[in-house]
Amino acid sequence: MDFNQSADENLFDHARIIGKPHTRVDGALKVTGTAPYAYERHDVADNPLVGYPLGSSIAKGRITRMDATAARNAEGVAAVITALDIDELPRAESNVAKLFGGDIIEHYHQAIAVVVADTLEQARAATSLIEVEYEETPGEFDLDDAWKRLQDRDVVSHVGDVDAAFDSAEVTLDETYHTASQSHAMMEPHATIADWCDGKNMTLWTSNQMIKWTRKALATTFELDPANIRLESPYIGGGFGGKLWLRADAVLAALGSRETGRPVKVALPRSFIFNNATHRSGTVQRLRIASGKDGRITAFDHSAISHTLPGGSGEDAVNQTRCFYAGENRRVAHHAIDMNLPEAADMRAPGEASGLAVLEIAMDEMAEKLGMDPVEFRILNDTQVNPEEPSKRYSDRHFVECLRKGAEVFNWSARNTTPGGKREGQWLIGQGMAGAYRGAPTLDSGARVRLSEGRLIVETDMTDIGTGSYTIIAQTAAETMGLEMDDVEVRLGNSAYPAASGSGGQMGAASSTAGVYAACVALQGEITKRLGVGSARFENGQVVTDDKRVALRDVVPNEELVGEDTLHFGDFKDELEIGTFAAHFVEVAVHAYTGETRLRRTLTVVDAGRILNPVTARSQVIGGMTMAIGAALTESLNIDSHRGYFTNHDLAGYEIAVHADIPEQEVIFLDTQDGASTPLKAKGVGELGICGGAAAVANAMYNATGIRLRDYPMTLDRMLDRLPGA
Amino acid sequence: MKAFSYERIDDAAQAAARAFEVPGAKFIAGGTNLLDLMKHEIEVPLHLIDITQTGLDDITETDEGGVRIGALVSNTALAANERIRRDYPVLSRALFSGASTQLRNKASTGGNLLQRTRCPYFYDTAMPCNKREPGAGCAALDEGADTRQLGVIGTSEHCIATHPSDMAVALRVLDAEVETINPQGQTRRLTLDEFYRLPGDTPDVENVLEPGEIITGVVLPAPVGGRQQYYKVRDRASYAFALVSVALIETDDGKGRVALGGVAHKPWRRDEADAELGNGAKAVMTKLLDGARPTDENAYKLTLAERTLAALLAKE
Ligand SMILES: Cc1cc2nc3c(=O)[nH]c(=O)nc-3n(C[C@H](O)[C@H](O)[C@H](O)COP(=O)(O)OP(=O)(O)OC[C@H]3O[C@@H](n4cnc5c(N)ncnc54)[C@H](O)[C@@H]3O)c2cc1C
Ligand code: SF4
Repeated sequence: MDFNQSADENLFDHARIIGKPHTRVDGALKVTGTAPYAYERHDVADNPLVGYPLGSSIAKGRITRMDATAARNAEGVAAVITALDIDELPRAESNVAKLFGGDIIEHYHQAIAVVVADTLEQARAATSLIEVEYEETPGEFDLDDAWKRLQDRDVVSHVGDVDAAFDSAEVTLDETYHTASQSHAMMEPHATIADWCDGKNMTLWTSNQMIKWTRKALATTFELDPANIRLESPYIGGGFGGKLWLRADAVLAALGSRETGRPVKVALPRSFIFNNATHRSGTVQRLRIASGKDGRITAFDHSAISHTLPGGSGEDAVNQTRCFYAGENRRVAHHAIDMNLPEAADMRAPGEASGLAVLEIAMDEMAEKLGMDPVEFRILNDTQVNPEEPSKRYSDRHFVECLRKGAEVFNWSARNTTPGGKREGQWLIGQGMAGAYRGAPTLDSGARVRLSEGRLIVETDMTDIGTGSYTIIAQTAAETMGLEMDDVEVRLGNSAYPAASGSGGQMGAASSTAGVYAACVALQGEITKRLGVGSARFENGQVVTDDKRVALRDVVPNEELVGEDTLHFGDFKDELEIGTFAAHFVEVAVHAYTGETRLRRTLTVVDAGRILNPVTARSQVIGGMTMAIGAALTESLNIDSHRGYFTNHDLAGYEIAVHADIPEQEVIFLDTQDGASTPLKAKGVGELGICGGAAAVANAMYNATGIRLRDYPMTLDRMLDRLPGA
Repeated sequence: MKAFSYERIDDAAQAAARAFEVPGAKFIAGGTNLLDLMKHEIEVPLHLIDITQTGLDDITETDEGGVRIGALVSNTALAANERIRRDYPVLSRALFSGASTQLRNKASTGGNLLQRTRCPYFYDTAMPCNKREPGAGCAALDEGADTRQLGVIGTSEHCIATHPSDMAVALRVLDAEVETINPQGQTRRLTLDEFYRLPGDTPDVENVLEPGEIITGVVLPAPVGGRQQYYKVRDRASYAFALVSVALIETDDGKGRVALGGVAHKPWRRDEADAELGNGAKAVMTKLLDGARPTDENAYKLTLAERTLAALLAKE
């Protein structure tokens, strides 16, 4: 099906099931611990061996010697494969850091060996018997140093005359900010069981967000025909972008299986999540804003750097500044600095989260300079077109309504406007807000639907990383076919199924449901053909034409009918800005003596097109906001700038928000539809919640204390000596 | 984790004797710290002696009007004990601020006292650490190191780690004593100050226990009364070790006692600092933290300790 123009009125405008709060169809499996996660697929991979990786203990250099004799002789060990045993594996396009093979060390905890044994304990113990000698070379690990050195920042885009605009501006801001490197820190580590026993056909039961990409990456890495590779990833215990790629778990499990002729399973140890897998790069950002006294912004000038291994793209924090607010003159530049830390790559709202964490503080600072309410300042500078390219309009943008609705529900007008002016006992109370903007891309998505005995099976390689894909796909199919939720079974995350968008870039929900819709329409075509009718409605489990009603189970008894299609998104979208918007409002308490910051309440008002399921969408938004609170207050990969690695590589040291950190979170969805997005008029919300949330916390902290912090995470040591105390 | 043998011994004196006799033996109580360390091969005992059935899990009254806490009393049971909550509330509060419910259910009183540091380099066996491997060097003292959580006082040029226990800080302010039995069956009692050692040039030796010596309990003297508080400051609201913690007892005569956690290799208390309590937080900390040698990254702990005490002393 081609989607070549905005959707008109259609069945989703009169939905029975779409848009309703259905609880997760896979919920029972999750809470009973019976959802089959990759590492536990003993039902399909019989009696697997266990692989355990060894990581490099230097950040940069080469291995000069490895001796695995003792490990090979250890009890229970079936095989040891060291990096020196094989040539460097070819790198897939989507991989920056090398995954295995050869003597070169690019980062700390790069996998340099895998021990395969009968038990985890045997494999793990044997890794410490491997002797390794290195030749270390000095590396670059300090982003601030790079920032100071850097003269020629790449100009990404420049519109108007920014320098002239600043020269003539009545009000200007010019500040420098830092965001920290962060880890996805998902609950389930990267894990794979590989069966490559014959060295020809490879089957992986794995935990991966992107089946199609990863199959392709495997084909490159192991020089295989993709047709010989099968991937299954039906359940994923969190990804946040960390599982978009082929990583060491799959590579080592595959190598181990080929070597031993047995299925092999590998889960990355927790410390590997931080230094072996990918992370979000920290940034240094300088942001200048110019405006007239009337509060109208005349110019933005935003430059940022982030780190990456050579060949990577870093964390592009300036992109949102290009088009979120109005202003004729604008310049942005991002420079990805080659450094020797582990691979920086996408994490939930890559670029957007770090960029908005800064832009939305700067907007607060400007509003203060102007003596304006920060909500009104944003409303004044709203735009319905891309300010860089005014011919491109926003397909459906209700940011102003988000701001107004949020202000009303939060009772914003009643807040204390004097920073540091409200105290309850030993706590300083503050309120802050921020805007959020995240693009709403879509990717072509396919699905197959099979109807038999009145029951429908949906198959697509779309994944569910905890987001609710199973549920919204079932809703889409039931809605389109006129069935009930119970009549539909959804099967996901299998390379044998038609390729969908996968889960990433907040495009999964909108894209994959559109693909399922297309497949259902194909099935409808097959049904009407069988019945010899021109057109029909599908309702109450029946096919309804002008003169007859046939139950779906009776269309062709004892035969399965199949519909398969891919929804292709047309070029018309390129002429539009399609995005999602939100406004966050938060209240914090900051301890006047100790500087501890505790959230009191949060409200997020969302404009993201049709909300397919308010239950699962809400959980995405509050989850994103929770991650934003972590980013604001505690989350930081601490760099040992001498040894070149992230030191706090466990969940005790890398502090994500815990329950006690998260207060009452309220979410309001505006009733909007965006026909330019998909036939369902839906857009994603998976990444919107994290956008801007950290700045809302920062702005509330400023309102509480009168101390403006510009470096994340905003831990107490950054303000302790400026707090009032008594 | 290296292979090890295991046995359970249900009598403390026999366990001590056995630990002395078997090379590489270690006691295991709740296992919440030891097992983690074994998985990382930071500790590699050859033999584990399970002491969970030694019957040392009672909380009883002493003749002196105090309380004797068996070494196997769980952190949960101790924190919830009525007598402790009434007469030694600082201890109950300190316990509740530590770890998580699940961990406190398993964690024992003896094991809590002996938990190892949370220095990130101690936990990474690829890094030099004198505490893990005497003579290897100390990664935390190298340029560019991550020291934000580490110690500021009583440190040495060999180690700047802290003792992470909350419970021990409260015990220190309560003048508790650790009770032990050695392989020869002799018992002794040590104040917490005597029990713990500063790192000096042997940071791997953290206390004065002799080979095989087992902790049988902790004895609290008769209640001192007064206003008792425990304030643990951390980055997140729960499930984190203290950046700084303050245990405070203010008695009606305007006197009192202060101990700090998160700053040193042992719970930190000085008589001369206690004596300054009437003169405010600054006066106390001037004495208590005299001689501190923080790093650039953790100098904030000095300010934080003073401000936290000030918060407790402020009657708002
Ligand atoms: C994620 C996490 C977070 C935590 N957070 C905190 C926190 O915030 N605050 C805090 O204070 N603690 C915290 N802890 C530590 C926790 O309190 C300790 O792990 C626990 O108290 C140890 O008790 P255990 O009985 O499990 O000891 P074990 O692990 O069984 O033993 C620890 C050590 O003590 C020795 N030992 C045990 N009993 C005896 C005895 N009777 N005589 C002689 N030696 C003995 C063992 O040989 C071993 O060396 C945390 C732990 C974890 C894992
Ligand atoms: S501070 Fe102590 S525990 Fe930490 S690395 Fe140095 S010696 Fe080891």
